[in-house]
This record gives sequence, C-alpha cells and structure tokens, in this order.
Amino acid sequence: MPQIEEASYAKYKHLVSERVLTGETMLLNMGPQHPSTHGVLRLVVELDGETVVNAIPEIGYLHTGIEKNMESKTFLKAEVMTDRLDYLNTVGNNLAYCMAVEKLVDLDVPPRAQVIRVIMTELQRIASHLVFLGPFGLDLAAMSMFLYCFREREYIMDILELCSGQRMMTTYFRPGGVWRDVPEEFEAAVRDFLKIFPKRVDEYEALLTKNPIFLDRLVGIGMLDAKTAISYGVTGPMLRASGVDWDLRKARPYMGYEEYEFNVPTRTTGDTFSRYIVRIEEFRESMKIVEQGLKKLKELAGQPTLSANRRFVPPPRAEIGVSMEALIHHFKYWTEGFPAPKNSVYSAVESPRGELGVYMEGDGGPKPHRVHMRTPSFCNLSVINEMVRGHLVADLVAILASVDIVLGDIDR
Amino acid sequence: MITDWTLWLEWFIKALVIIFALLIGFAYLTYYERRALARMQTRIGPNRAGPYGLLQPIADAIKLIFKEELSPAKAYKFVFFLSPILTLLPSIVIGAVIPWGATVHWFGRDINLYLADINVAVLFFAAIASVSVYGIVLAGWSSNSKYAMLGAMRSTAQMISYEVALGISLTPVILLANSMSMREIVEAQRSMWFVVYQPLGALIFWIATLAEVNRAPFDMPEAEQELTAGYHAEYSGMKFALFFMAEYQKMIIVSAILAVFFFGGYLGPGEAQYPILGPVYMFAKIMILLFVMIWVRATWPRIRYDRLMSFGWKILLPASLATVFLTAVGILMFDVAKNALWMWFIPVSSMLVFAICVIGVYQALRRLTYERV
Repeated sequence: MPQIEEASYAKYKHLVSERVLTGETMLLNMGPQHPSTHGVLRLVVELDGETVVNAIPEIGYLHTGIEKNMESKTFLKAEVMTDRLDYLNTVGNNLAYCMAVEKLVDLDVPPRAQVIRVIMTELQRIASHLVFLGPFGLDLAAMSMFLYCFREREYIMDILELCSGQRMMTTYFRPGGVWRDVPEEFEAAVRDFLKIFPKRVDEYEALLTKNPIFLDRLVGIGMLDAKTAISYGVTGPMLRASGVDWDLRKARPYMGYEEYEFNVPTRTTGDTFSRYIVRIEEFRESMKIVEQGLKKLKELAGQPTLSANRRFVPPPRAEIGVSMEALIHHFKYWTEGFPAPKNSVYSAVESPRGELGVYMEGDGGPKPHRVHMRTPSFCNLSVINEMVRGHLVADLVAILASVDIVLGDIDR
Repeated sequence: MITDWTLWLEWFIKALVIIFALLIGFAYLTYYERRALARMQTRIGPNRAGPYGLLQPIADAIKLIFKEELSPAKAYKFVFFLSPILTLLPSIVIGAVIPWGATVHWFGRDINLYLADINVAVLFFAAIASVSVYGIVLAGWSSNSKYAMLGAMRSTAQMISYEVALGISLTPVILLANSMSMREIVEAQRSMWFVVYQPLGALIFWIATLAEVNRAPFDMPEAEQELTAGYHAEYSGMKFALFFMAEYQKMIIVSAILAVFFFGGYLGPGEAQYPILGPVYMFAKIMILLFVMIWVRATWPRIRYDRLMSFGWKILLPASLATVFLTAVGILMFDVAKNALWMWFIPVSSMLVFAICVIGVYQALRRLTYERV
C-alpha cells in the first residue's frame, strides 16, 4: 500500500513560514477528504496552536479535463459538458457558453428566449445560494439549515425538470435560444415557489441572522478589503460584500437585464457576515427579477424561443416529416455541426459566484479550437490565505464556506 | 429480618438494573435523538429496522461490534485502549448516587430506589464527572493524530472554563437543601422546586452541563466540521462505540442530576402515596430535559472555543458567584426576619442578574454587528 503523503515542509517551503522547521508551528492537512472542504479541496494549513498562520489551497483533485475535451467536440456536444463545470449553476454555465457561441457566429436570440433564460438563471441563482446557505449553516453546526435549504431547492429542481426533463444537467439553453418553450405548468410552478419562498427566507433569517452565536462566529471574521479583492480578481457576492458595486448584470447587461428593475446588494465591511447577508439579499432581488420575467413572458406569449437563423439552429420537429431539406439539415446539424468563423470571443455572465467568462476560439470548423472558462470559484478561492491569517480553525471553516466554492468550477 | 447476604443481593441487583438501564437508555437515546432531530429537520429518521425503526439501535450496536478495530501506526497502544474505558466508567459510576425514587415496600422488606445515599453525593458527582475528561485528553494524545490532538486540547481548555462555574452553581442547591445528599436535596423540594427559587443557578448548571457532555453548541472537542471528529477521529468499532456510549450516558446522567437538583427529582403528584411512581416521574423529567438538549442541537450553531472560555470566565463565573451570594443572603434574612418573602428575594434578584447578563451580552453583540454592517 502506498504511503499516504504527509503535509511536508519540503513541498510547501516557499509558502509557509520558517517556524514550521523548528516545530514551532504545525502543518495540518485539511482535505481532500474533510467534511468542510466542500468537495475535494485540500488545504495545507500552518497552525500556531489553533491559530491559522497560512492556509494554502491545493487543487486538482477533481480535474476533469473538460476544457480540453471540448476541443474535440462540436459546439453543441461541447455544451453538454458545461453543465458539469459548476454543478450548482448548470443553467448559468449553459448561458455563458451559448452567449459565447452566439457572439462567435453572430446569432440572434429571440426576446422570449431571453426572458426564459433570465428566469431560469435567476431561479438557478436562488438554488445555488441555497446550496451556499445550507452547508454554510452546517459548517457552523446549525445543521437544520442544511435540510431546510435543500427542501426549498427541490422546488427549483422540479421546475428545471419540468422545462428540460432533467434536474441538474439540463443543457436547456441552446445557441440561438432555448431547447423548447416552457410548458404550460411552468408559470404556476414558479408562482408557487415565489409565494412560499419569501416566508422561508424570513425563517432562515430568524434562525441565523438573529442568532447571537451565529453573529459572534461571523462578524469581523475573514476581512477582505476592496483593494485586495480586486487585485486577486475576486468577483460576485464576495466582491460586493467588500464594498465594490460590481455586478455584470448591471455593469455589462446581457439578455436584456437592463430592462429589469433590481438592486445590487452591497456591504462595505467585507467580513464573513457581509458575504452571508449579501447572498440573503440576493434571494430577494432574484425573486424580483423572476417576478418581472413572468410578466414579460406573458406579454411575449406565442413568440418563438429559438432563432430563425437556420444555419445554426435545428429545424422544428414538424417540418422534418414533410420537408426533405429540413431532414437533410437536421441530419447534418446533429452529425457535422455548424462551422464557426476563425475568430476569438469572450463573453461573461454573472454566475452566483461571480464573473463566469467563456473565452472561445473558432478555427473555421465545426469544433472550437480552444475554450477556456474564467471561473469565479478559482479566483475567489485564491484569496483565502489573505482572509484566514490570524483566525482560528473554526473561523477557517466559516470563511471557506462563505467563499462558496464549487470544486467542479475550479478544476476544469 | 434483613440478613447480610440479602442486602448484598439487593445491591447487586440494583447495580445491574442501573447499568442495564443506562446501556439500553443509551441505545434508545440515540434513536430518540435521531427521530426528534429528523422531525425538526423535515425528515423521517430511522424507520427501516423493525416497527418504527425501533430495532435500529440494536442493528447499530451489532454493526459496531463486528467492525474492524483499527489503531494508528504510531499510537500509544495501551493508553489508546484505556481511554475509551476511562471515558465510559465515570458516567456509569455517577448512576450509583442518583435517587430514582423513595422507599417501596416489596417482598416484605423496604427497598430503597437508589443504590447509595452518600452524604457527599454532590461532591461525588462533581469529582467523578470531571474524571472523564482524562479519557478524552488521553484518547486525543495517544492516537498520534493532529486532529485528535486538537480535539483533546480544546476539551482541556473547555473543561477548565466551565467546571468552575459548574461547581459553584451547585452551591445554591446545597444552601437551599442544607445537605449534600441527593436524596435530601430531593426531599427538600417537596414544597417547591429549586428551579423556582434559583432559576439562574439552574440555567448556569444546564449550560455548564452542555459543555460537560460535549453537546451542541459546545461540542468543540469533536467538531465534525472542523476537526472531522476530534478526539475520537482515529477510533473505530467497539472502541468508538464506547466513546459514543459515554457521551450519551453522560447526557442521561446530567439530565438526571439536573432533574434532581432543580426539578424535584422523583417528586410528583401522588408520589407520596405510591413511591413506585417516583422512577416514572424521574424518567419523564429526564426525557423532557434530553429533548431540550436535542432541540438546542437542531437549532444553534457551534460556539467558538475561545468564546466559550471567555463566556465561562467572564459571564458564567461571576453570575454563578452572584447566585451563591444572593441565595445565601435570602436564606440568612429568612432565618433572621422569619419572613417568607425573603425566600422570594432569591429568584427575583437572580432574575435581575440574569437580565443584566443578557442585556450586557446583547448590547455587546449589537454594537459589534451594527457598527460593522
């Protein structure tokens, strides 16, 4: 049996302080199998007693090679892999990817499809923040929160299943629109959720935000100032908690976000509590957006949900039976794919964790020459050492949870 | 006519009954906790093994017995084996002094529903209860694991900070009962439960016992999310089960002690005529107190261990000293002035102290929160 690798000084010499050598401080291996590392993250923690001197994240335990794999797949088949990146934000990954493809081949998205995309991504944002909040509570040993959050997440999973037939790996958005229109029951299902959820958020707040122990664990812990955050490329709720009002939905609107009315919650302190409360407020803002989206959806009833540019979208099912050309196009579309011009594009969306960007390079063929994801978890995690220094192990767990990492997002 | 050997037999049977009651109580406490927690968390809980999942604890026990016993390569084997035993034994030993009822008349003889009525039972409890922390510290040290060591360190720090308050919060009870025997403490509560006279003392005792038995929100030595399992991270199989047993038996024991000291022990309506009702009342009170522990676990986050230390030293200790002082003043004035109103001075003044503590903590936290947010 191979010896399990100990957290040794030799490997981390340049990252930890010299006090490790004399035995003054201790190197502790936290993960990859650890209940609070949210997947398979490994932290090499230098401890002075229980005070954290350094925490070095070591990633790569969930490396999937998705980026490389995409190069050997057509644009449509590569999209299926984007679901697996950030598995809590599957629809959002689809959106970022589809937007990049649309930018590359210059494809339009009909307004109804845009509204559906916005509703779905906002629902997914709520679901993702629920999966932040549940384990966040769990890491602070408020274990009931975990189950309450997953109870509400089921509503959203059901809505996703209703639309796409899948709970998680939906691939619902396609270049040029969405796979198909939302079913009739969609609006009622979303309205049900919108009716229940505000009360549930108040319940969470009653359980956590008003709990003195909870406040004691969070307030003033893991401070991150705006300057450090920007220099590390931190985005999303973490950046907004540090006082930078930067949300791509407002700053670089896409999918018609400029037509929606919503606030971008910010805090100025940049501690763990503000990262938590920013997300709680985003629940409410996302609900506002979904509400407005439903109204728009009603106005746009009956309009197409897929672009009319047949070069890049498959023909409708009804045509295949009667039109030879449609049948040939359908066959060619799904086997060969569509060619993309020799160009490179970058498009970014605001994922629940921050800026999710897709850099895509076409080479004239039906497959991307290179796809690179600028994932928010990666940048957000890199700043952890700055935040945990001088805090206790218990705080390290809370801070790590407040970063809200998804390992699939980090190890592409 | 009581002969010597029948007395021995009686003791032997009573000891066996207490040990088995604790063992079975432990098993079904895990079931009780899992079901109650599940209900609070919109789950169902164990329901597969037997009707309503009632055989689940037995299935768990069988699993643990047949599991492989692992010990880390560089563990100090002797201490590693010894420490689970050292942790478990005190919790059973304390069971000896808990009065489960008064005296019943069976088989033509008087049978006391307690094993021993020693006149220093309160001290006995305080002494034995603190022994079990040695088991935890030794377990953490001997497993040669960093996580276990951190758990052991935390448990030491924790024990120092709550044990003083725990001991002092017992003093009002002794003052009120004018005795250290558990049975006399219970009998002294025939007119009024001590929790009415000394609510703050009961609260401090309860908080300290939560720390004593490593229950949420003071479960730092075994913090699942931080130290993976703390001091028993390296234990498996039956040795792990012994730690588990110790924790749950201690839960039962401290609930029983809390019931005895503050909630009238085995007293209840009709108990004077039918002493056999005593154990029933005791059981009901223990169940309710255990439920509160489970409820706390489902609701509250874990407190940080440096905060527990400052909480123990800065709030619990002064508050418990205040309860001792106020109780003593009340009893003294009652003796001098012969006015029953002085007895009510104790709860009123201790509630005032409690209010001051709560307001102080609340204000400090509010300042902390709103200044930053």
